[in-house]
Amino acid sequence: MKTTTDTPVLETKDITKTFPGTLANSKVSIRLEQGEVLALLGENGAGKTTLMNIIYGLYDQDSGEIFLNGEPYNIRNPHDAIAAGIGMVHQHFMLVPVFTVLENIMLGAEVMKGPFLNKTQARQEILELSNRYGLEVDPDAVVEDLPVGIQQRVEILKALFRDVKILILDEPTAVLTPQEIQELFQIMRHLTESGVSIVFITHKLKEVLEIADRIVIMRRGEVVGEANPRQVSEHDLANLMVGREVSLVVDKSEAAPKGVQFEVKDLVVKDPMKGLAVNHVSFAVRAGEVLGIAGVQGNGQTELAEAMTGLRKHEGGTVWISGMETPQANPRALVEHGMAHIPEDRHKHGLILQYPLTDNFVLCTYYKEPYSKHGVRNKKAILTTAEELIKRFDVRTPSAFISAGDLSGGNQQKVIVARELSRDVSVVIANQPTRGLDVGSIEYIHKTLIRLRDEGAAVLVISSELDEIMSLSDRIAVMYRGEIVDVVDAKQTTREELGLLMAGSKS
Amino acid sequence: MEQKTPSKNNWLMTIWRTIRVPLLAILSALLVGAVILLVSGADPLKAYAALFKGAFGNANYLKRTLEKTTPLIFAGLSVTFAFKAGLFNIGAQGQLLMGAITAGFLGFAIKGLPPVLHIVLALLGGCAAGAFYGLIPGLLRSYSGAHEVITTIMLNYIAINLTDYLADGPWKDRSGTNVIARLPLIEDSARIPFFGPVPVGFIIAILIAFIIWYMLERTNFGFEINSVGLNSHASRYAGMKTKLLMTSALVVAGLLAGFGGSVETLGVVGRFQPGFNAGLGFDGITVALLGRSNPFGVILSSLLLGAMKGGANVMQFDAKVPHEIIDVIQSMMLFFVTADLVIRKLFRIIKDTGGEVTLTAGWGQK
Repeated sequence: MKTTTDTPVLETKDITKTFPGTLANSKVSIRLEQGEVLALLGENGAGKTTLMNIIYGLYDQDSGEIFLNGEPYNIRNPHDAIAAGIGMVHQHFMLVPVFTVLENIMLGAEVMKGPFLNKTQARQEILELSNRYGLEVDPDAVVEDLPVGIQQRVEILKALFRDVKILILDEPTAVLTPQEIQELFQIMRHLTESGVSIVFITHKLKEVLEIADRIVIMRRGEVVGEANPRQVSEHDLANLMVGREVSLVVDKSEAAPKGVQFEVKDLVVKDPMKGLAVNHVSFAVRAGEVLGIAGVQGNGQTELAEAMTGLRKHEGGTVWISGMETPQANPRALVEHGMAHIPEDRHKHGLILQYPLTDNFVLCTYYKEPYSKHGVRNKKAILTTAEELIKRFDVRTPSAFISAGDLSGGNQQKVIVARELSRDVSVVIANQPTRGLDVGSIEYIHKTLIRLRDEGAAVLVISSELDEIMSLSDRIAVMYRGEIVDVVDAKQTTREELGLLMAGSKS
Repeated sequence: MEQKTPSKNNWLMTIWRTIRVPLLAILSALLVGAVILLVSGADPLKAYAALFKGAFGNANYLKRTLEKTTPLIFAGLSVTFAFKAGLFNIGAQGQLLMGAITAGFLGFAIKGLPPVLHIVLALLGGCAAGAFYGLIPGLLRSYSGAHEVITTIMLNYIAINLTDYLADGPWKDRSGTNVIARLPLIEDSARIPFFGPVPVGFIIAILIAFIIWYMLERTNFGFEINSVGLNSHASRYAGMKTKLLMTSALVVAGLLAGFGGSVETLGVVGRFQPGFNAGLGFDGITVALLGRSNPFGVILSSLLLGAMKGGANVMQFDAKVPHEIIDVIQSMMLFFVTADLVIRKLFRIIKDTGGEVTLTAGWGQK
């Protein structure tokens, strides 16, 4: 696998970068050898992406040097980086949705024939590349029609088309299904075998152990350790990453469920494209238990959650919450009846990014006392609450007046969790509560959900991460094509059984 | 992350960051104006000096400047308020006309009321007419999805033609030898007086600007309006009635423009006469953009535009410069402030993340 020569293909020496109020990178030195997968592991805000953005020329470092094949190299913008053979696939893809795969790949690196695009030649080159590296993709498909996993391949092809020898993948697995992740790893192995060197940025421990040749761990802007994946355990890595002892399993006692606190009856949501997004779904959640809804993404979970929480009209059925029946649920009424909702999309629904944390902390209760009186806002009371929640939920922020958009994803989610779960709630609906978060935050959010369960709330967790569902739930409902296929006991079920149900086969 | 950022100087920095682009836009526009003046053979310094003198040189000049400023404040507030809800109110002109003619009608048609009461009544009528004229595009936007830019432009034409018709038809001034299309003079009891050289209408405008600021910054309604403008999905999630809020934002915007039209009729012109209010609503857009959608910014930018309009005549007389140059400068200001990328490039200002108002958010949004 490794054809190690003495000089690393890429090396950083003492890279330091500060942003106002934050030391993002402090004397960071890493080496990347020819043909290896180097995993850069760290929590959100550890400085992984900052470092890569410096290498890719998106930021300038304050001090420190970058060496390419032993030569100092000054990278001022992504053009320099690409010219030097460095490519980067960002967490959020940079593709033109209405262009075809071919057009996206050519964009910025056009193959010309006189004044015209030479699509025939480009198509040939792309097909050749995809054969060589096992990156199957139809060059003439329109990008917006492609699943996320394939879009990512297009991004990788885009880099390879520019003859890249060093590939930086920023959290590439965050958006993929388990099968797609395996396919990506296959591709990464193909790439390293043919001499490409890969920097793999992630915070997922299992993946690191599976694919990396070497692991560099970062914490708060510094490199805190290096590890050999064959010699460390997930637990060791987690401790290094977070900087303290963490537990990877959710510590919970036996559930003591009481009466039904939340119930959905015969819910129907139409989808203009696919017929019924939610197909006559019924289930009940009792006080003091966690019901998990498992399923591969896109099987109606989003629509179900939005209909239950009043964000979307539904065509039939009712929602019951603590004795109140709401044929067409309305968010305000649900909040008044004790519902907490952690929405799937924190940027779209969960936060107003331009607002400071103070306003985001009272987004659902701003109209109540003490936050307002006779329609006039009480900023002092809001600030008091905000500061208290920042402390209690360990939100990492320099102040309560920072815009929510300036926080890292994990801290943004903590703001939402703090807001929703600090209220006096009887029903919690958590949709993908830990998506894209680091170990520390996940641990925290899971603990909080279990605490609420033990205090007598009915907790509904919707997640496409099977591990999360299995470790949190007392009962698990599996959704497939808009229907609940089955509800099983979490203690008795197996990963295999759930996998089959998720594929639609009833046991 | 843990480091404390000094928050003492933050608000000063924020103010500076907010006003530097408009300030530089104004400066650039004046420079371009100076070049045009030079090319056409005039002395720019002399012209600008005359402009300044014409705007503030004596009590009479000041009075005219403030008169010109007053409706601009109202129109600017109208555009600003809609803007906060994420809506682009191109219809301030139409709403202003509806307010102006209604106040004009109430001003002459009702006789024998005590002064204060008559003024209040006429103002209320003008505000109601403007508010109604904002309600239409508000309902259309919220409940049918028709974009407010399109509907308010069309409503502007309807307002122009409707007021023309009324001024030349049922409400025409039939007195003596009058042949032009206009309404009769308002009763003296409906006239908004002066306070020294300061028109009372101007004082009302400042007061309203303060109220609007307070509403947006300190009340739940303002919080809701801002929320809807920034993220309507999250606002729905938070339990706000987003459709109702968007509608009410345009109603308030219409009310403000109508208020401005009424003050213009009752305090300056003394009657409704077609053409006398032309362009004020559109100037409101310039004022709002220059004022960075901040009520106090609107006052400042209105004063600037008001001074230019007020001083134009003296400049024409003293420096022998055609007053159309004022329109050129004003247009350049709008150009520079909307094309703020040009200003940022020219003066090498880096785009800050967050905190900045995206000026064109009203277009094609959602």
